[in-house]
Amino acid sequence: MTTQLNSENIATIIQKHISSSDYYFENNTVVVDPSQMITICQVLKTTPGIELDYLSSITAVDYLDYFELVYLFYSIVHNHCLTMKVRCPDKKNPSLPSITSLYNGANFQEREIYDLFGISFTSHPKLNRIFLWEGFHGHPLRKDYESDS
Amino acid sequence: MVILSERTMKVTHSTDSVFINLGPVHPSTHGVFRMRAHVDGEVITEIEPIFGYLHRGIEKLAEGKSYRQIIPLTDRLDYVSSMTNNLAYCMAVEKLAGIEVPERAVYIRVIMSELQRILSHLLGIGSFFNDMGTFFTPFFYMFVQKEKITDLLEMVSGQRLLYNYMRFGGVSHDLPDTFLPALNRFLREMPAEIDKYEHLLNENEIVLARSKNVGVISREMAINSSVSGPVLRATGVNWDIRKVDPYSYYDLFDFDVPVGTKGDCYDRYRVRIEELRQSLRILEQAISKLPAGRVLNPVPLRFRPPAGEAYSHVESNKGELGFHVISDGSDKPYRLHVRAPSLLNLSALREMLIGWKLADAIIIFGSIDICLGEVDR
Amino acid sequence: MEIRIEPSYPEIDYHESHVINELKCSAAQPIPEPSEWLSEEIKRNVLVTTVDKLLNWGRKSSLWTETSFTACCTFEFISTSSSRFDIARFGMEVLRSSPRHSDLMVTAGTLTWKMAPQIKRVYDQMAEPKWVIAMGACGISGGIFADSYSVVPGYNRILPVDVYIPGCPPRPEALLAGIEKLRKKIEQNSISRKS
Repeated sequence: MTTQLNSENIATIIQKHISSSDYYFENNTVVVDPSQMITICQVLKTTPGIELDYLSSITAVDYLDYFELVYLFYSIVHNHCLTMKVRCPDKKNPSLPSITSLYNGANFQEREIYDLFGISFTSHPKLNRIFLWEGFHGHPLRKDYESDS
Repeated sequence: MVILSERTMKVTHSTDSVFINLGPVHPSTHGVFRMRAHVDGEVITEIEPIFGYLHRGIEKLAEGKSYRQIIPLTDRLDYVSSMTNNLAYCMAVEKLAGIEVPERAVYIRVIMSELQRILSHLLGIGSFFNDMGTFFTPFFYMFVQKEKITDLLEMVSGQRLLYNYMRFGGVSHDLPDTFLPALNRFLREMPAEIDKYEHLLNENEIVLARSKNVGVISREMAINSSVSGPVLRATGVNWDIRKVDPYSYYDLFDFDVPVGTKGDCYDRYRVRIEELRQSLRILEQAISKLPAGRVLNPVPLRFRPPAGEAYSHVESNKGELGFHVISDGSDKPYRLHVRAPSLLNLSALREMLIGWKLADAIIIFGSIDICLGEVDR
Repeated sequence: MEIRIEPSYPEIDYHESHVINELKCSAAQPIPEPSEWLSEEIKRNVLVTTVDKLLNWGRKSSLWTETSFTACCTFEFISTSSSRFDIARFGMEVLRSSPRHSDLMVTAGTLTWKMAPQIKRVYDQMAEPKWVIAMGACGISGGIFADSYSVVPGYNRILPVDVYIPGCPPRPEALLAGIEKLRKKIEQNSISRKS
């Protein structure tokens, strides 16, 4: 049975690397500040005993005040999982760091989020639209999207 | 007078790479998929997959429909495994709203999932051999059995391809009286059929020459690229959601998970055909354990789950299929996200194809067995 | 000395997106159906009638389908071409990938705006006489996806359609009934009148 990692397992590991103001736990998920995201992913991927080496999915949600990205990581070796959330309050030009350098599987998923939500990812190898064509206006999955047809 | 540069004078024979476009209309049944490739002679040096030709906006349409109206929409994601899609979505909403499922319904769901797995693998293996050049012989042998499974599924749901059978709290109809005898007949003849396919294909020289050690992907690359399903298991990773995170009483069934060694196209084919046998084992056990009782705990047609979010995953035919449902307390979901296994299996496509010839590219792509409805949603 | 300019990927993408946007603007109304064949029997002289009958018999008995299928209805088409429903009794077991060799396009699947120029190009490459069957709800009107931001509401926005077959997906029997209607339509053709 896949066990869900919670604050007891990872709080001690995380607080060695980043300050406690940049993360907090909420309902079995860890909410991280975007600037520390790459550090935490690196730490959680390489620490023995945790080793979250498999990125399962990235979901983007448009809450009206902010965007939220939900990352789901698994560890193939230890059979446990962790959910991580990152919030982006800037709705005009949203931007988040890309984890493609750590997980190759994030490539297409981040392009999909850029295409449908308009969130750009810094240091992504090739960030362009994936499902819609280049001349499409707007980002359809946003709540304030209005189609022109 | 034309002055030629020194470089031009030295060069007597030069080669250039050619820019080739494969698709989106091409003669294979995988769908509308396009690849742009730079080839040096016949060898691929750079490849870029392009999809989105079937992007129908299912996630956006789901935000405007009630929960129950989304079930037929999920059928059309991976259109050869519609029961599995229904199951994953119903499980996610049941987790969100805390709905219990009666025991008979759970066993019926297992029976339908495994029948769907057999159907999808038969089509996947058949298409793989089509791409290799066997020109429909194994495909139509497998198609005969596929039609028998289609008849079985038509008996319960009334539809041949997109079943819309699962509901929140169970399944929509109980099994008719003719179903179990027909299923038992199918289970009696299927092992001999699988033996026939393996006898025809496993040791065939051309199959071995064209698929052994072709399109190899390493274990580390597969895990890093979020690959799942038979493609991941062919590299040697024993990761099957039915075993690591069991759902629908799969921990009570006795079955093995076939795992490959090399991660090449041949191993993927062998993993799939061995999974057919394991699915037959699960079906026999499910039929023997099937209890009596009701098949549905009814839920109101426009029901409102509590606000919150839930993620639920199943082992679909292509890999790990997950549904992330976020509710705001109203009768329509706030966000529905599909974790599509076919899209993530394509993350590793570039690594699998570079260095191989164009003819191998078609086979490697066919061995991943994707469904465009799921990639593009 | 030859100078060859190699197109770069962003340029190709922008050119293709320009084509898609143009097609979307010009496809605001469905193409009107060719209804000439419904008009009363036009007087034809004896020679033309026999030639017509022969040509129409040849055309309707060996329709070769083009394999530009997009989505779910593909599998119902493949089931129809298998031995159980046997499309070969109509001479249609040949599926040609090249549009130059085919004369029937069966639109099996949803059409999106991104795919629309490619389907139009394939249709334009087919030689006359050619026919189109709109198979399934997505082919007729966009189906369950009709109000999506990226789906064309029916193939008749960009191609002239001859026969519409409802269903999602249509059963193989329904597809065969649609093919029978198309064959009746082909019988009404005449070389003295443009089809």
